[in-house]
This record gives sequence, C-alpha cells and structure tokens, in this order.
Amino acid sequence: MATFESGLRYSESHEYVRVEGEFGYIGISDYAQHALGNVVYVDMPEVDDEVTAGEEFGAVESVKAASDLIAPVSGTVVEVNEALEDEPELLNKDAFANWIIKVQLSDPAELDNLMDVEAYKAHCEN
Amino acid sequence: MEEFTTSQIHSTLPLEGERGGGLLGRRLYGNLIFELSKKGRKGYSLPQDYDRTHTTAELPAALRRTEAARLPECDELTVVRHYTNLSHNNFGVNDGFYPLGSCTMKYNPVINEEIAAMRAFAALHPLQPAETCQGALEVYYNLQQSLAELAGLSEFTLNPCAGAHGELTGLMVIRAYHEATAPSHRTKVLIPDSAHGTNPASAAVCGLEVVEVKSLPDGTVDVDHLRELLSEIGPQVAAMMMTNPNTLGIFEPRVLEITKMVHEAGGLMYYDGANLNALLGECRPGDMGFDVMHINLHKTFSTPHGGGGPGSGPVGVRKGLEQFLPTPRVVMENKEIGKGEAPASSNSLIFTISHSQSAPLSVGSFFGNFGVMLKAYAYILSLGREHVKQVGPLATLNANYIKERLRDDYLLPIQGLCKHEVVFDGLVDKSTGVTTMDVAKRLLDYGYHAPTIYFPLLFHESLMIEPTENESKETIDAFIDVMHRIAQEAKTDPELVKTAPHNTPIGRVDDVLAAKQPVTTYWKSVESR
Repeated sequence: MATFESGLRYSESHEYVRVEGEFGYIGISDYAQHALGNVVYVDMPEVDDEVTAGEEFGAVESVKAASDLIAPVSGTVVEVNEALEDEPELLNKDAFANWIIKVQLSDPAELDNLMDVEAYKAHCEN
Repeated sequence: MEEFTTSQIHSTLPLEGERGGGLLGRRLYGNLIFELSKKGRKGYSLPQDYDRTHTTAELPAALRRTEAARLPECDELTVVRHYTNLSHNNFGVNDGFYPLGSCTMKYNPVINEEIAAMRAFAALHPLQPAETCQGALEVYYNLQQSLAELAGLSEFTLNPCAGAHGELTGLMVIRAYHEATAPSHRTKVLIPDSAHGTNPASAAVCGLEVVEVKSLPDGTVDVDHLRELLSEIGPQVAAMMMTNPNTLGIFEPRVLEITKMVHEAGGLMYYDGANLNALLGECRPGDMGFDVMHINLHKTFSTPHGGGGPGSGPVGVRKGLEQFLPTPRVVMENKEIGKGEAPASSNSLIFTISHSQSAPLSVGSFFGNFGVMLKAYAYILSLGREHVKQVGPLATLNANYIKERLRDDYLLPIQGLCKHEVVFDGLVDKSTGVTTMDVAKRLLDYGYHAPTIYFPLLFHESLMIEPTENESKETIDAFIDVMHRIAQEAKTDPELVKTAPHNTPIGRVDDVLAAKQPVTTYWKSVESR
C-alpha cells in the first residue's frame, strides 16, 4: 500500500514539494509511483529552466503509461536528480527520497494552494 | 555468415517433464533464421553471367560494401518451414476471439479480399490516364460519397493512410480554414483527458497547443470546465477533438451542447472516428455538429489491421469546408451520366481526377491505399443500407452482455449502459495482488487475445473489452467462463496467474528490461551474449 509523508505539500496530480528555505524539492508521491508501476524513463528539464505552477515540466514513463509531470509551484530549476537518468527505478524504490528537480521558489505563496498530507490522503482515497 | 554451434541453438531435446514430445521436429524451425544459417547453403541459382551483368564496378568506392552483408544462408525448404512455423505463433482475428478494446478487431470478410485482388484493380498504375480506369475511379468516388452519407458530412478525401494520419490531415484542414477565413491566433486545441493519445500527438505535430478538458467521475466531458476554458481562451481555440462514444465506451450525452459552445467561440469540432462502430448507420457525427472527422477503414469498415498496415483514414468535412481538403480527389463531371446514361460522346469522361490548385494541401503520394478502399467499399455494399444499421446495436449488445456477466468478478467503475466496449478497473477482489496485466497474460494461456490494458488512464487497472458485432453468443459465453475462471484462480492460486503465460512460445517478458535495454537486432543479441 502507498505510504504518505507528512510535512510535504501535495498537488492533485500527485507531485509533492519539500520546502527547505527558499528551495523546493519536487517529486512524485508514493501513491503515484504505485499507480504508474515500473518506471523506465524520467524526462527532466535542465538547470536554469523556468517551471510554472500548473504546467508540465517533464514526464515519467512506466511500463503502463507515460505521464506528464505538472509543476506544483513556480521557480527556476537549480538542480536535477541526475541519478534518475540511469536508474529511473529509484522512483519505485523510494519516491520521497528521490526527488526529481530542485527549484528556487519564485512565489512561496503558491504553496498555500497545495494540500497537506491529510488532505492529499483523502484526495487519493477518492 | 558465421556458423553457430548447436549449443547456441535452442534445445531440440525434450524439456524435463515434457511428456507430449514438445513438437520437437517443428521446434527446430522456430529458431531464428540466423541460427538456421549454414555457410554456403542456398535456395537460389543465378544465371551464369550474373556477376558480369550485376557488377558494382561503376559505383563510387564509397558506396560499395567492403565486406559482405551478414545475411543468413539457408535452403528454400528451411526458409519456408521457418516462416510457416513462425506464422503459427501469430494470433489474428481468424484464429480466435480478439477483444482488443478501442481497436475494433472485426472480422475481415473473404469477399473483400477477392474484390481487392481482381486483376482489373490490382494491376492498376496510379499514373495511368483517367480514361483507362473509369471503373476504379467510380469505386473511389462512390466510397467518398458513401462515407459522406454515413457520416452526415459533405465531402471526403481518401488520401490519408491511417487513423493518426487522418487526424493530422483533419487538423491541417482546420488550420487552413482559420487562416483563410479570419486570420487570427487560433492555436489551441481542446482535448478531453480521456482521449486517445494520438489526439494530442496529432495536434502537436500540426503545430497546435493542447489544452486538456477534464472528465467527470462518470467519464464524460466536464461541460462546466469546458465553459470555463472557452471563456478564458475562446478566441484562441482552433478546435475541440472528441471521440463519441468516448474512450470509456460511454456516449457523451451533452454532445450537442458541447458542439454549440465551441462553435459559438469560433472553434471547429473534430470527431475522432475511432469509435464510430458503435454508431454506424444509426447516428451521424455531422448531425451532432461535428465539422471535420476521420474514419478508420481498418476498424469500422472491416479492412485488416495486420502487420501494421496498410490502414486508411479518410477525412470528411461539412459543407463549406470542401475547398480545404487535400487533393487529388475523384470528381464526377456529369451527374446525369453517372445515373446510368451513356456518355454523350466517347471523349467525355464521367470521373476525373482533381488536382485543385486552390487547395494546395497534399498529405501523401497519389490517392492513398486503394486496395484498402476496395475492401471497405465491398463491406458497405455487402451490408447495404438496411444491415449497416445493425452493426452498432449488435456491437453494443455484445459489450453490455459481457459487462453484466463479468461485473461480479471485475470492478465496473462506471454504471449504466456502455456502447461498443466496456472498461473494468481490474478484479473486484485485489487482495492477492493479481493485476490487470496478470489477467491479460493468463488469457493468452486460454487461447484468447488479451483485451486492451492500462488504457484509458482514468483508472489504475483498466481492462478494456470490445467484442465487436461479429461474435456469436457461444463465443462470448466461452470467453466469459474463462474470465470467471481466471478470477477464481486469482483467489485460489494467484502465483499461477502472476507467472502466466505458461502455454505460449515465450513466457512472461521482462518489460522493464525490454524498455530500458532493448535488443533490437540479432547481431546486438549475439554481442550481448
């Protein structure tokens, strides 16, 4: 069964943000990796790219489907998780430990539009 | 060509526990053709002066091979046995029930093939003068007209060679229309989140931007969300693409409202004909307010899907959009003559080929896949006006019968009547961890082609069954019994299902490895050993 991590902010499309200072680590939830099944490829943006809340910034491809990654918050990409290039299955092993991109948040107020873990849990149960 | 030691060749001895003999005499030929190769062995004899008449001496050195191509060397009988045995591993509509959802795997009647193989058609050349092929042009014209009648539209082009090619063509028509009528910045295409993946792909290839329209929990278009989108970006909307019935097999009950809203915003409505089979002859896209559509002849009109093609994806438009269709098209010069009157003089042709200069759009060479069109036209004439109306209702009846009889074991996420296909969300009892993938693999053991799985994406364990109108009650009952049996196995012996298939030439494939490190050629597989 899917696990849920508290302290993160979640979007309806199953991305999370872990906020550390002015930065946000964006990844997909454990629920999302469960639903996708074995991940075989992660399409990621490049450092210095801008991401916009609600818009696509990449994609995750599993044996079942290709699914767009939707940015939960806006900002500038300062780091991408390069380990995922060779080992996309890390998302299946631990989706919360293996974030996808790190962004410098341009509008921290956007975090208020996202769900806390309890609200997200309820969203998944629906 | 290198030789292979016997250790590289698949075992030709019985496997442990294989009491039936394992068809060993045939298994030998199931090896790859490369593995059957023997140096110097051949199945041809060339004329004595072949080397002299087929010299490469005149070719520039850079274009000549420096070493021989690594081709397998086999005698003719070995080649024939190899491919005949290989063909036994295939599974087609002619082998058994093929309920591959969204693909409309209907029977391909033999008469279609006979008509298409007639010398008068098969020996035609696409460049021959129109006066020498009036009969073929008549068929071509009549098919354009028949499709227009069945679709409730004005004109059709038969040029596109497949469904997605038709989608792209239709969107190009829409773009050309907007550019010609009111040059604006209509660059966005609205597409429901339940759509076939080809819809957003075609829009992107056409240089248009995709905007997703949400679905309601019952799988139909969220009309409120559509209204919101139109009020925000209405003037930028080129078109909305829709499939009706949608990818869940559900008829969109508010389709008239949707087409009206999009038209009021200045956009056109595109109908993805992938699911037309459900409505054929009963209900027409043109009457629902669609402006442009494509039809998959290889789905709805009983032509083969085999071998990746050839397909055919004719595109139709409503009145007023004809001039944006690609050419060439076949036109009838004198409608009176076409009604059976003899031509006024031998010089006046009835059917001509139009390369209209005002419609510069071209989507391929010549006329499209004519052989496929002949089969589709044969199908339409075989059914006739009366029987064509039974296709949709019978396909719908079959799908609903399966739905009602499987719903105790398979989770039915959307209640009510479906159209030509039904979507389940995996097993009702998921406690043993048996997934939709496992059920699909186990079906192979029972001699069925698997349904479509993990599409549509609205559910995690989608299992999409489309029986078509062709199947008898006996066939469908037998399939239902097997589906019940697999559900039972999932409870009593889940490992059996999770490790299926057990009776196929190749067992469970490691699809992660296949996706990450595909071995795409024989020589790569040799190198990796």
